[in-house]
Amino acid sequence: MAKITYTENNGKSHSVEVAEGLTVMEGAVQNNIPGIDADCGGGMACATCHVYVKDEWFDKIGKKSEGEDDMIDQAYEPKKNSRLSCQIQVSPEIDGLEVHLPVKQV
Amino acid sequence: MIKTDALIVGAGPTGLFTAHQLKLIGLDCEIVDNLDKIGGQCIELYPDKPIYDIPAIPECTGEELTENLLNQLKPFNIKFHLSERVDELKQDNNKWKVKTNKGTEFETPNIIIAGGVGSFEPRKFSPKECEKFENKTILYSIKDKKIFHGKTVSIFGGGDSALDWALELSKNSKVNLIHRRDEFKAAQATVDKVKELSKAGKINLITNSQLKTVNGNGKLEEIEIENNNKETKKFKSDYALGFFGLIMQLGPIANWGLNLNKKTIEVDTEKFETNQKGIYAVGDICNYPGKLKLILSGFHEGALAARACFKLARPNEKYRFEFTTSSKTIKNRLGVKSD
Repeated sequence: MAKITYTENNGKSHSVEVAEGLTVMEGAVQNNIPGIDADCGGGMACATCHVYVKDEWFDKIGKKSEGEDDMIDQAYEPKKNSRLSCQIQVSPEIDGLEVHLPVKQV
Repeated sequence: MIKTDALIVGAGPTGLFTAHQLKLIGLDCEIVDNLDKIGGQCIELYPDKPIYDIPAIPECTGEELTENLLNQLKPFNIKFHLSERVDELKQDNNKWKVKTNKGTEFETPNIIIAGGVGSFEPRKFSPKECEKFENKTILYSIKDKKIFHGKTVSIFGGGDSALDWALELSKNSKVNLIHRRDEFKAAQATVDKVKELSKAGKINLITNSQLKTVNGNGKLEEIEIENNNKETKKFKSDYALGFFGLIMQLGPIANWGLNLNKKTIEVDTEKFETNQKGIYAVGDICNYPGKLKLILSGFHEGALAARACFKLARPNEKYRFEFTTSSKTIKNRLGVKSD
């Protein structure tokens, strides 16, 4: 299990325990956290599970997948610390991860 | 006004198989889709990605699945209305009247919404001020390239559409090409050509930057961009073009008075009917206890919704269940010889 904190754009925070092997996107969907749409279900075929990763975590969560940046080009207001949460694997190393959600996904 | 037994909204795998089921039981149907091609998400999002869970097909790509479904529909003459989005809905004497954004009108007792996650629409610029200029001097697709002659055009995006248009428009316009990073997702030859023209001063290539805001009185006059270090730059521009790919939105269906749950439509599991009589939802867009967002579930839902359509389309006939292996009527419809 790893604790992950999702902060909505309005400042509302949700901390949940997510099982290893899932993705940060699945952790949000399974816990009904608003703001992650995940329209394509984790196929890296849309950009609706877009999150901003807190700077101190950005280098600790593994590299972007091949093609991930191409999808982030299509996200709403991408920034330097943008990731697709379906491409971040949950492991004990990311226990305490904080991500921020964009104003909207589509 | 087109009269049909059932109107299918969405030409993805579920919509296609639902059409097959309707035709098998002797009902007419027509299909509307906002994309310019058939196949829905399978063709737009993952044409080359293999799918491993279609019954009896160990592996096929989104494109192959679409082709196979179209092959299966070959015996039937089905009219597709592509690049059209359903818009208005009205009820009139037990019939639904539907109008598309292109003005095509349908009259039908049955509407089957097989809309996936919604209709594909271009991703727009995020600054709010852009709305004022939309469809005039801020565009997301190009219909007539002549309007750009002799003008300054700022193109945003890093994919094939953005780069292809930058090359094309640089012949007769002053082109700024702006992308949020310095890598491009376009054919290598195109990227090379853009870089060549940038060196020659024919395209003003700006990377690691995004649109911050736009100004203008009635028409676009100036754009302001911001780079990764938060430094801003303003320049004159007559047009801004955004090519950020497509997003999926429920669109006008959201105002049809259907019971919605987030982006899905609540249905029963007997007919896959919504809270409106004669309007069904099948595939990824429908929701019920236990719903699985699998293509195979869409096939099942479509088959049942098609049977429900029969009752409203042929109120004086009784539906008879038949197998394709043995029914002479069905074989006639398929144009195959019966034993």
